[in-house]
Amino acid sequence: MALQITTARPDPALLDLPWSTPLEDWPEHHLAALPRGISRHVVRFVRLSGRVLAVKEIKEDIARREYEMLRNLRRLDQPSVEPFGIVSGRIDADGNPLDACLLTRHLKFSLPYRALFSQGLRPGTETRLIDALAVLLVRLHLMGFFWGDVSLSNTLFRRDAGSFAAYLVDAETGELFARLSDGQRAHDLDIARVNIAGELMDLQAGELLDEDVDPVAISNRIVTRYEELWVELTVTEEFDTGERWRVEERIRRLNSLGFDVDELAITTDIDGTTISIQPKVVDAGHHSRRLLRLTGLDVGENQARRLLNDLDSYRAGMDRQNDDEELVAHDWLTRIYEPITRRVPRELSGKLEPAELFHEVLEHRWYMAEREQHDVAIERAIEDYVASILPSKPDEVSVVGVDTVEMPVIADVPRRP
Amino acid sequence: MLDEPCTPMCAGFSLYNGSSGTFLPVKEGKDAMATVKFDESTRIYPGNDSPSVDRLNIDVQDGEFLVLVGPSGSGKSTALRMLAGLEEVNGGKIWIGDRDVTNLSPKDRDVAMVFQNYALYPHMSVADNMGFALKIAGVDKAEIRKRVEEAAKILDLEPYLERKPKALSGGQRQRVAMGRAIVRSPQVFLMDEPLSNLDAKLRVQTRTQIASLQRRLGVTTVYVTHDQVEAMTMGDRIAVLKDGILQQVATPREMYDSPANVFVAGFIGSPAMNLISVPVADGGVKFGSHTLEVPRDSLKGAGSNAIVGVRPEDVEVTTDGQGLEITVDVVEELGADAYVYGTPSDESISLEGGEDTIAKPFIARVDGRRVPRKGDKIWVQPNASHMHVFNAESGARLSS
Ligand SMILES: Nc1ncnc2c1ncn2[C@@H]1O[C@H](COP(=O)(O)OP(=O)(O)OP(=O)(O)O)[C@@H](O)[C@H]1O
Ligand SMILES: Nc1ncnc2c1ncn2[C@@H]1O[C@H](COP(=O)(O)OP(=O)(O)OP(=O)(O)O)[C@@H](O)[C@H]1O
Ligand SMILES: [Mg+2]
Ligand SMILES: [Mg+2]
Repeated sequence: MALQITTARPDPALLDLPWSTPLEDWPEHHLAALPRGISRHVVRFVRLSGRVLAVKEIKEDIARREYEMLRNLRRLDQPSVEPFGIVSGRIDADGNPLDACLLTRHLKFSLPYRALFSQGLRPGTETRLIDALAVLLVRLHLMGFFWGDVSLSNTLFRRDAGSFAAYLVDAETGELFARLSDGQRAHDLDIARVNIAGELMDLQAGELLDEDVDPVAISNRIVTRYEELWVELTVTEEFDTGERWRVEERIRRLNSLGFDVDELAITTDIDGTTISIQPKVVDAGHHSRRLLRLTGLDVGENQARRLLNDLDSYRAGMDRQNDDEELVAHDWLTRIYEPITRRVPRELSGKLEPAELFHEVLEHRWYMAEREQHDVAIERAIEDYVASILPSKPDEVSVVGVDTVEMPVIADVPRRP
Repeated sequence: MLDEPCTPMCAGFSLYNGSSGTFLPVKEGKDAMATVKFDESTRIYPGNDSPSVDRLNIDVQDGEFLVLVGPSGSGKSTALRMLAGLEEVNGGKIWIGDRDVTNLSPKDRDVAMVFQNYALYPHMSVADNMGFALKIAGVDKAEIRKRVEEAAKILDLEPYLERKPKALSGGQRQRVAMGRAIVRSPQVFLMDEPLSNLDAKLRVQTRTQIASLQRRLGVTTVYVTHDQVEAMTMGDRIAVLKDGILQQVATPREMYDSPANVFVAGFIGSPAMNLISVPVADGGVKFGSHTLEVPRDSLKGAGSNAIVGVRPEDVEVTTDGQGLEITVDVVEELGADAYVYGTPSDESISLEGGEDTIAKPFIARVDGRRVPRKGDKIWVQPNASHMHVFNAESGARLSS
């Protein structure tokens, strides 16, 4: 059996990796020491042609299933890690077969929850993580995806303008359906609740999380947040025909949650006195898509909202309300956004993703203005930020040396001596 | 109640081996009877014309290990998901004990899906790893400790309760994960192909472990697999599904000895039963040169043809000119005996269950001291007391 590589982007450098060695024993020089969540399989990060790939050693049929599932999720515009390929037909030096490897692209600036906690977080971070996970779960469920293993470990978090955006990382147990039943949604939610509580209790046992935090209370939050969101997104609303503005308001509320309304089922009763509306929500990412269209910047939803606000105030400040939106956006990009984000010295550029940095600079400017009691130019804000704040931030392209664990749960396999 | 909880092993089932484990009932104090009843239960997926599970009727006894088995797409997972509350029921009902659970949410059903990717938490002791879900459910400390210790005893994990999972072997870790489900003491365990991730050798080990564990716990269990060998070795009873329709529910022994129809006959047992369409004759059926006697009553509903079924071990090699002539294609030596794979010399005879391009071989188990060679011609006929006859049209069993 020959080594078989399945990938949409063939890269000859893949052949230089030591496929005939069990992943556990790969030499250091191939590896990137990035943090990971808890997993039952061996997972390692490798550097390859300037990018970082996550490699998971797993049975071939499961690898193929997960690869296809991740491809489907990407096609459906769901926030998940990007599949890169599968390597199968591996054989060790003695001719014994080795499990296949699933390759995914390392999600840049992503933080496993364990890494976040070991950084010593601001109070309340736990709840913001849960909120982000609730949004992710609602999105996936709307799409008909049953996850089957919802947990903090199977989610990656990216900073998103002060809060977090959640991405799916482990699709092994996932299944796509035309529509999920209430039972399936409830089951996923129950799995999430139990897993989250367990993960937080584990952090407490490891003294990574304050004893005062109540894991059970926080894990219950996934249920309440999820249900609030689900209702907001799917419920049918009824009102008098005189209150048409409520249609508009509903759409705005949905947009501000980051969802788009694809179509709105509006039904009027026979005598025409009440209207009921039910939105068909397609997808989160309203703001990020608008920003992408205007500027080509591909950023998180909250970051996009922040950037769009700045773009809007730039437009108002320049008095260009009547100009083409695309034109103004282009000027804003080249005159404000790019110069500011380029002001970061090279050695500090791994600290924060550019859009998050821009968001932080805007925040920083606001604090400075409040302190000084007058407007502060953004150029001064970035200078001050780079000098006083940025250096003390942890490096987030590659957070190193935090507690990560693998816990293979399989019956005893004879190991080579 | 089950008349006789009999595993394939205790029935002296010789095709498969395994250990039956000791029966240690640990359910004292649990009063509710955890029977499961599929009552005309039907599931039609939106957009499909035909049901994926069609008026399913199965009564699972308290403490029984029931295996749902069938080929891919036969509706096993759908049936299990209906019981778990993950799939809507479009017709009929589902009962657990005397509760109608048809419309209950999954967590209100008191069932546990076992072997869903249970993670182990590195900083928590083995005891906490097993018991933390009870803590979330608000169970008090003393009760948690009691249940964890009971489960640890059954799982041979007692000495390790205060250790961290890192200090355990892979097999012990797997048992800790099982412990997480056991301490919840649900009324019913549900398992959907739990062994599919394991390689062949581990699968055999683990399935005997699960079967013996289930018997020690005595918790009603519904288990899904597409593998008939797994079904035969694990189940107290087996339910065979095909196209969403229940074909037969029976103990492995009954299923093997009197399959209800041609499908079950061909599906259960390996190597598979030989199934041949033959003409009905006066007082029996024609099998090559011979007329095999079949009681007149059984042949009443049959048309001009019937299907004769004979398992490889029930094939008798006769003297030349008697029965059916087979040309030997392959011989598989097993020592004490051998399997012979051949083709009927009469080309008009073909075996049921073959595909368009691949004819199904006739398989016979023969004495290891009288093994024919490739290319030889042998004459065979069924052992009269172990012969199966089925209706050629409906597939239903005709012989008793
Ligand atoms: N593409 C990626 N980018 C960043 N991190 C990743 C990526 N892929 C995997 N990881 C990290 O590796 C960890 C383990 O990966 P994964 O959850 O897929 O493994 P697993 O063995 O299937 O887990 P489980 O035990 O939940 O089944 C994740 O928690 C995540 O932190
Ligand atoms: N969500 C769905 N929507 C539509 N049809 C479905 C859905 N899930 C399953 N089916 C169909 O229902 C039938 C039964 O599927 P099910 O998954 O229950 O079979 P199974 O016996 O478990 O098969 P396998 O061994 O392949 O898992 C199949 O024909 C399948 O295509
Ligand atoms: Mg995982
Ligand atoms: Mg996984």
